[in-house]
Amino acid sequence: MDEPKITPELIAAHGMKPDEYARLLEIIERVPTFTELGIFSAMWNEHCSYKSSKKWLRTLPTTGPQVICGPGENAGVVDIGDGQAVIFKMESHNHPSYIEPHQGAATGIGGILRDVFTMGARPIAAMDSLSFGLPSHPKTAHLVKGVVEGIGAYGNAFGVPNVGGEVRFHRSYNGNCLVNAFAAGLADADKIFYSAASGVGMPVVYLGAKTGRDGVGGATMASAEFDDTIEEKRPTVQVGDPFTEKCLLEACLELMASGAVISIQDMGAAGLTCSAVEMGDKGGLGIRLDLDRVPVREVGMTAYEMMLSESQERMLMVLKPEREAMARAIFEKWDLDFAIVGETIAEDRFLILHGNEVKADLPLSKLSSSAPEYDRPWVETPASAALGEVPAIAPIAALRALIGSPNYAHKAWVWEQYDCQVGADTLRRPGMGAGVVRVHGSTKALAFTSDVTPRYVKANPFQGGAQAVAEAWRNLVAVGALPLAATDNLNFGNPEKPAIMGQLVGAVKGIGAACRALDFPIVSGNVSLYNETDGAGILPTPTIGGVGLLASLDDLISGLPGAGDLALVIGRTEGHLGQTALLAEAFGIEAGDAPHVDLVAERKHGEFLLASRKLVSAASDLADGGLALAAFEMAEAAGIGVSLESGDIGQLFGEDQARYLVACTPANAEALAAAAAQAGVPLARVGQFSGATVSLGGDAAPLAGLSALYRSAFAEAVA
Amino acid sequence: MLAAVITFPGSNCDRDLARGFELAGARVVRVWHKETALPAGTDIVGVPGGFSYGDYLRCGAIAAQSPVAGAIAAHAARGGFVLGICNGFQVLTEMRLLPGALMRNAGLSFVCKPVRLRVATADSAFTSAYAKGSEVVFPVAHHDGNYTIDAEGLARLQGEDRVAFRYIDNPNGSMDDIAGVLSANRRVLGMMPHPERAVEAVQGGSDGSAFFRALAALTAPV
Repeated sequence: MDEPKITPELIAAHGMKPDEYARLLEIIERVPTFTELGIFSAMWNEHCSYKSSKKWLRTLPTTGPQVICGPGENAGVVDIGDGQAVIFKMESHNHPSYIEPHQGAATGIGGILRDVFTMGARPIAAMDSLSFGLPSHPKTAHLVKGVVEGIGAYGNAFGVPNVGGEVRFHRSYNGNCLVNAFAAGLADADKIFYSAASGVGMPVVYLGAKTGRDGVGGATMASAEFDDTIEEKRPTVQVGDPFTEKCLLEACLELMASGAVISIQDMGAAGLTCSAVEMGDKGGLGIRLDLDRVPVREVGMTAYEMMLSESQERMLMVLKPEREAMARAIFEKWDLDFAIVGETIAEDRFLILHGNEVKADLPLSKLSSSAPEYDRPWVETPASAALGEVPAIAPIAALRALIGSPNYAHKAWVWEQYDCQVGADTLRRPGMGAGVVRVHGSTKALAFTSDVTPRYVKANPFQGGAQAVAEAWRNLVAVGALPLAATDNLNFGNPEKPAIMGQLVGAVKGIGAACRALDFPIVSGNVSLYNETDGAGILPTPTIGGVGLLASLDDLISGLPGAGDLALVIGRTEGHLGQTALLAEAFGIEAGDAPHVDLVAERKHGEFLLASRKLVSAASDLADGGLALAAFEMAEAAGIGVSLESGDIGQLFGEDQARYLVACTPANAEALAAAAAQAGVPLARVGQFSGATVSLGGDAAPLAGLSALYRSAFAEAVA
Repeated sequence: MLAAVITFPGSNCDRDLARGFELAGARVVRVWHKETALPAGTDIVGVPGGFSYGDYLRCGAIAAQSPVAGAIAAHAARGGFVLGICNGFQVLTEMRLLPGALMRNAGLSFVCKPVRLRVATADSAFTSAYAKGSEVVFPVAHHDGNYTIDAEGLARLQGEDRVAFRYIDNPNGSMDDIAGVLSANRRVLGMMPHPERAVEAVQGGSDGSAFFRALAALTAPV
């Protein structure tokens, strides 16, 4: 079949800027073929190349004694002792989910699970951080239903427990929802698989599902802004098959255990192109692919389509040749395709053959190493104006405004659609703080959380970025876990706008500062830019996924207070009301500065809680919604009333950082106070859990009525 | 006591079910669905939860045609014990080892949560550890757990005391709140809730321990 002529229009349609095309010509010293243009555009788009963010990502701390492998592989690898490792990453599937919510979200889960098991780990936990437009927007209910259903359909069938996440609504996501999927897996620390090929003449093997035309150009689509032509982009969304993925998982782990695998890479964005280039580039080798051998599910596919297809549930592997028969038998057992589609070669070439023709012949190392990198102009986000007069509101009315909003209501409508217990190791289900999953067959456990407060990041990118890290760290501490490391999923608008780029730069600086101060390195991550529709950007949303270790199941801190327990706050309460949930939900005000994060206090207060955990019956971090919301959530979960002494709105709903709410028996509260005094940690008694009433400084309401509102508001908002 | 736990492609509670038996002291052999015979000495077959064959066509329909299905049917015909949980229950109805069918949940959504169950009969090896009428909490996690049967079949189940568990707060629209049913010889049980997810206190409840202990005690451990 004749390939189209290379024209300026065709180049532009591939999302390639004129200077980028000039660079391409300089590298290959001739006009590219159509297939070659497709390959370059796939490798050089924002999604695959991180060309706008790389300069700043490099500033993040990524190492530590616990880190086995930081960013650059499919996922980060962290030591959890006893020769075991946890492998995790978070990744966005924003654009596909907006176009086709069910499949977009489902394949987001599929992709992140593959990233984890490609490295030899069995997935043990998933989480999802979701941001939608206002519930009143005509698309929102449809998107929420589709995304949640898609996540459930894929994760439940695959068999990974979904143990946490976030759901938020804000008008800035009206035209651009965010779906950030996290997965973590478990492996032996000495049996991690990487993507670098080694050895010349080694067979390159294609595994998994067949290649179709779905998702051709998906990565390029994900690197563009939306406009009113998005309906035309539906064919660029892939279709997921969790059944095939589950079989692929089992077959891959079986094959890895056999010792036949030299290197492995999943086919995600830009499919065959990205995976083959990655393996060759990291191994300093060339790759020859014979596309006539690629298993296809449609007739007449061109080289261009095969190289850019984003069909799901596929892997590329470099195999030890002498183990080929055994490897093939494992894949036949699982009824999956297994085809030798090429080999590693000594020259620096990416050679694509199809129908006895050379469709592409490119210098492989140049495809990723020569990707453009931009130092985009940026401007510092201006300081927020001081917060003006806050309207008066009674405490219970304020609490009702929060728990009656889908942002802070009980989210069972979402998580009851996810299997949170498959594997039978889930120790703490979704709903309060971090999810906790036992390390199978051991008395250790891992804690998982995902956090960000986009309002803060918009008002003050540096503090907002630091706060997202600090909140994730606190959520891990609050269940008794030692925070180990984090993954970041940076969702921003168009980086070509200096103000947006300024948000990215500020947030990354804040994330870096917090990660350094808390010894909480970033070991993997993903950047999603161009989250804009018709020129309006989303709230900057750098989601932080955190992982912590409980060395013993006895270290687990409950979220449920006992009747008669005293309520105490670790950390200082100043009553910071700028950018709070209260202002946003009760008054529609998003003003003032974000709360500032004192990283020294964060660390000190967290370490104090971990050291004192035996004195504490229950704990929760204090974040958006402040003391009043956290106390209500704990009380409601336990079915016990709570009485807080202060009726001051700042004390109740202020969002000062470095704070935890803990419940203690009266005797333990005294011991905790003594320990706090000795450690120089602020500790205040703020109330008591008892009865069947919620009382905030004397303003009171029955728990049952508040609970009914809290448990119905989400479903009503999205119905 | 030897339990044969089946793995179909797409099964994802097979390991959990095997562990439930093992914690109770049973010996477990894992059986791949392409096998045509069960291990010698199999006392009970465990058909686990999950999404066998992706739940394509109908939940359990393709698994019911799997090579191992013939061996399970023969085991049941000999009077052997068979336990099907969640997808396993769906498989057993598709194999016609149990009457009725599991339809899409009345709420049309997947539902995962702990549910309270009433033990409807103590007259079976599976439920002998519980008093009739007592309450247990097991998690459910399914999209198609809405038990349906014709009026005559329902009357027969009720008349022969073959409802093993009933939901106290019906999560899926099942007829007569049925969560689990027994075969006519009371040796095949299918149930949607997951007792294997409730065998240790740290999982949030251990009401399922007695269930597996009763099964493990059926014959002397080897």
